[in-house]
Amino acid sequence: MTATSKAPAATGAPPSAAPAGAGDLVLSALSKRFGAFVAVDELDLVIPQGSFFALLGPSGCGKTTTLRMVAGLEDPTTGSISIGDEDITARKAYQRPVNTVFQSYALFPHMTVRDNVAFGLQRRRQKEVRRQVDEVLELTELTTLAGRKPAQLSGGQQQRVALARAVVNRPAVLLLDEPLGALDLKLRRQMQVELKRIQNEVGITFVHVTHDQEEAMTMADTIAVMNAGRVEQLGSPADLYENPATTFAANFLGQSNLIAATIAGRDGDRVRLDLPAGSVTAPAGRVPPDARSVWMGVRPEKIRLGPAGDARAGTNVMAGARVIDVSFIGVSTQYLVRTPWDQELMVFEQNQGVSRLHRPGDLVDLLWAAEHTFALDAAQDASAGVIIDPDAVAEPAGAGSGSASGPARSDPAKSGSGSGSSGPVRAAAGAQK
Amino acid sequence: MSATTAPRVGTAPVRPPSTGQGPRRRSPWRVLRENLIWVVAAGAFVFMLVPNVIVIIFSFNRPNGRFNYTWTRFSFDAWLHPCAAPGMCDSLGLSLKIGLLATAASTALGTMAAFALARHRFRGRSSTNLLVFMPMATPEVVMGSSLLTLFIGLGLPLGQTTILIAHIMFCVSFVIVTVKARIASLDPRLEQAAADLYANETQAFLRITLPLVAPGIAAGALLAFSLSFDDYIITNFNASSSSITFPMYVWGAASKGTPVQINVIGTAMFLIALTAVGLGQFVAGRRRRFQW
Amino acid sequence: MTAAPVQLAEAGGGPSDAGAPVRSRRRTGKGRRRSSRMAYLLLTPGLLWLALFFVVPMLFLLSQSLQTGSVEQGYRLTFRLATYTDALSTFSPQFIRSFVYAFLATLLALLIGYPLAYAIAIKAGRWKSLLLVMVIAPFFTSFLIRTLAWQTILATDGPVTGFFRVTHLLSITSGLGWTNGDQLLSSPLAVVAGLTYNFLPFMTLPLFASLDRLDPRLLEASGDLYASPAETFRRVTLPISMPGVVAGTLLTFIPAAGDYINSKLLGNPNTTMIGQVIDGQFLRVLDYPTAAALSFTLMVTIVVIVAIYVRRAGTEELL
Repeated sequence: MTATSKAPAATGAPPSAAPAGAGDLVLSALSKRFGAFVAVDELDLVIPQGSFFALLGPSGCGKTTTLRMVAGLEDPTTGSISIGDEDITARKAYQRPVNTVFQSYALFPHMTVRDNVAFGLQRRRQKEVRRQVDEVLELTELTTLAGRKPAQLSGGQQQRVALARAVVNRPAVLLLDEPLGALDLKLRRQMQVELKRIQNEVGITFVHVTHDQEEAMTMADTIAVMNAGRVEQLGSPADLYENPATTFAANFLGQSNLIAATIAGRDGDRVRLDLPAGSVTAPAGRVPPDARSVWMGVRPEKIRLGPAGDARAGTNVMAGARVIDVSFIGVSTQYLVRTPWDQELMVFEQNQGVSRLHRPGDLVDLLWAAEHTFALDAAQDASAGVIIDPDAVAEPAGAGSGSASGPARSDPAKSGSGSGSSGPVRAAAGAQK
Repeated sequence: MSATTAPRVGTAPVRPPSTGQGPRRRSPWRVLRENLIWVVAAGAFVFMLVPNVIVIIFSFNRPNGRFNYTWTRFSFDAWLHPCAAPGMCDSLGLSLKIGLLATAASTALGTMAAFALARHRFRGRSSTNLLVFMPMATPEVVMGSSLLTLFIGLGLPLGQTTILIAHIMFCVSFVIVTVKARIASLDPRLEQAAADLYANETQAFLRITLPLVAPGIAAGALLAFSLSFDDYIITNFNASSSSITFPMYVWGAASKGTPVQINVIGTAMFLIALTAVGLGQFVAGRRRRFQW
Repeated sequence: MTAAPVQLAEAGGGPSDAGAPVRSRRRTGKGRRRSSRMAYLLLTPGLLWLALFFVVPMLFLLSQSLQTGSVEQGYRLTFRLATYTDALSTFSPQFIRSFVYAFLATLLALLIGYPLAYAIAIKAGRWKSLLLVMVIAPFFTSFLIRTLAWQTILATDGPVTGFFRVTHLLSITSGLGWTNGDQLLSSPLAVVAGLTYNFLPFMTLPLFASLDRLDPRLLEASGDLYASPAETFRRVTLPISMPGVVAGTLLTFIPAAGDYINSKLLGNPNTTMIGQVIDGQFLRVLDYPTAAALSFTLMVTIVVIVAIYVRRAGTEELL
């Protein structure tokens, strides 16, 4: 529960959290309501100058509305937006030092690439328009296409024009609204690298809105995971992935196996968790301090399949799982296993050529290091944030995170067979296919 | 490792209430300026629709003289005796007849040509397009008078036939343009999908293309009918004294005396068309809701 | 983990490949020949009709204008060009007046029609189709009947004329020669207003069509790039809607230049337009060569004006 509120705001203040810097983008209690629907709910954010910041969330989570309010294309219902010390809430879009790369690019079809890029500079009566445009065309590798009209360009080229048209203005903040959504996978990868390079070169604050967790993780320094108009969790990609604070974050960034558990006892920096069958330990810092029942979580790639006898000290063991599906992907093998209490879990094993391939029907034991175990408050929906958007299924080969292709609620009949004292047992990691 | 990770979130400084908060107050002048476009639009609609309103009101008039220009008193007379004005109902019948025949012929000719122009590449395509465009870009008086010289030159007697020839001619272009636009908006892959699913060319045309183009054909036909039914200038050049269409009757009445029945016809046409459009929208709306 | 989605994407490419044989079949020599034969077959009836009853009559019109004679004794082709000079010197006032009126009506229709189309296309939201029906609704009544209704609206003892009189607008317009003395009706003002009224939907609909296609995100992008609303209109909205402006002005100007119903019903003998002269010469005076010469000149003039206009507006792809 705590995680869906603004609770994180009250806690951890890392060293970088100095008072708002000269060019930081600050959103204070920013809300947007459309009738009864709350799109953005009392959002507080500080986006440091020069950072590459991603607003990540499923469609309808309020991330695009937030972006549009920053751009001045939508009036906030309450709250304020400022850049440095300057409050820009009441300013019109054309009076803000903010530029947007639109989702479908919105290139002016009647103008050449050069005219599109020069548009903003000319509106502000800038000097040396030609030189500035030339520089940005160079930066985005569009010099040879300067005379073309948008209709004569490929998707990736149009994307670069949209970027050049925004960057050339040297805005305080550059907003990117799903900028790579229309590109195919290969081009998207290429543009991710390109965007990151350009951001490094120009040093402008980039605020990137996306529903694609891989895209956010690849490019951003800091990611804010948004859900239902609020920020669920905020941090660096690695931090978010390794330490999800909510079930939503655990499922939306990569995949997690979540198992209903009760806290059996605390022993210094270790916490013992009782599962429906057997028990595991987790680091005390990764368990909510005063919870009784929790979701025990472990990432699929952290789990090893093997005989329990191999277990060293500090290893959690869950014995007696049965392999029900095997997908050999080359770089890794994805197993779907069923626990003795009939919950389906995901296990990803790297293809290092050491362990043998298991087959459906094999009985296996699941092993993982105790420090890779985390626990989340049981009051949350275990399937929150499970990705069902087919668009987001595209996964990097090496990232070690996967996303399920379907909503992953195992049916209630199965969960009934568990010891089930601590709520329904549900698999958050979806079944393959 | 700290379980809650929230760098930077907590640092948003609390700011005094911003000026941009909440609904801003607006002066009446600003409200007017922001809605200026609607003021202009409303004025345009009044300009466009007042004559229709006048026509409707004056269909209930009982004028003193021969002209129905000033309001005298309310009466249902004209509505009860729509054909009391001598010759009017005959002219109406002729206009309907010519309208229907011209619509049928021009829709057939135009639809065929539209398919050829939209779906086939052939030599002379651009000059064909020009030929189709020209009648729409030519003043009616020129088309009417040139047809008259043709009929005089060929010694063809003026009458219903010559009117029909003229009407088909100027309707065809409009049908072609309307139907062509509809065909162009179709996804050609639909036909390929039909072919992929074992439909031969005829079947693909009858089961996929034609049903999808049908709304365009219907629109073209409606346009053709209204153009034909409403035409005065071209008709006047190619009619004889024994083939008086409804617009010609109205034109004559304008100088000899305007019976109230003219307004009755005008009002009836207006209401019928409005009902048809309303029904069409309703049906289209329902269809969209339930089929898609 | 990449493999599965990639395979999926490749499999997704399958169905479109299935269409390839169909397309390639059309490209083979035999297929193309059959396709173009089909095209000619479909085109012939319609084009024949247009050729016989649009192109051929134009030649007859030209020929008629170069003939001499009379209705009773018949005509002979004598290539008498003096018919043209005589006709034009006699009727140049009506000729010029036609184009001036048509120009004014087109300008007025553009000034009224553009905001109207803009409001419907961009601001109307869910009222769009209702408002579109309201633009077309006037057509539902015969235009002659509606033009007659203007006689009632502009009647000398009516409220509109009364308003003009009370506000002294009438004395201004009469001073300028737009109206005559105490009345609005039977004046150049009434004729131009009638032309504007009759062709306003022809202006509005193409404008609507081009504005409706305008991606609202382009307007947002323009604002995002520091253009004020006025600049956005001048640099983005107007250039992109130019095809609609060209189509609308042509659809208004061409029929307005040849129209004589408004000048007859709402004007006076001093507002006579060229269409009225052609009509009279053909059907009452029976001076066919003069009438044909005027008609042919009108046609050529309009074609020249349209060609220059379309070229200058830079939208030759309009056809």
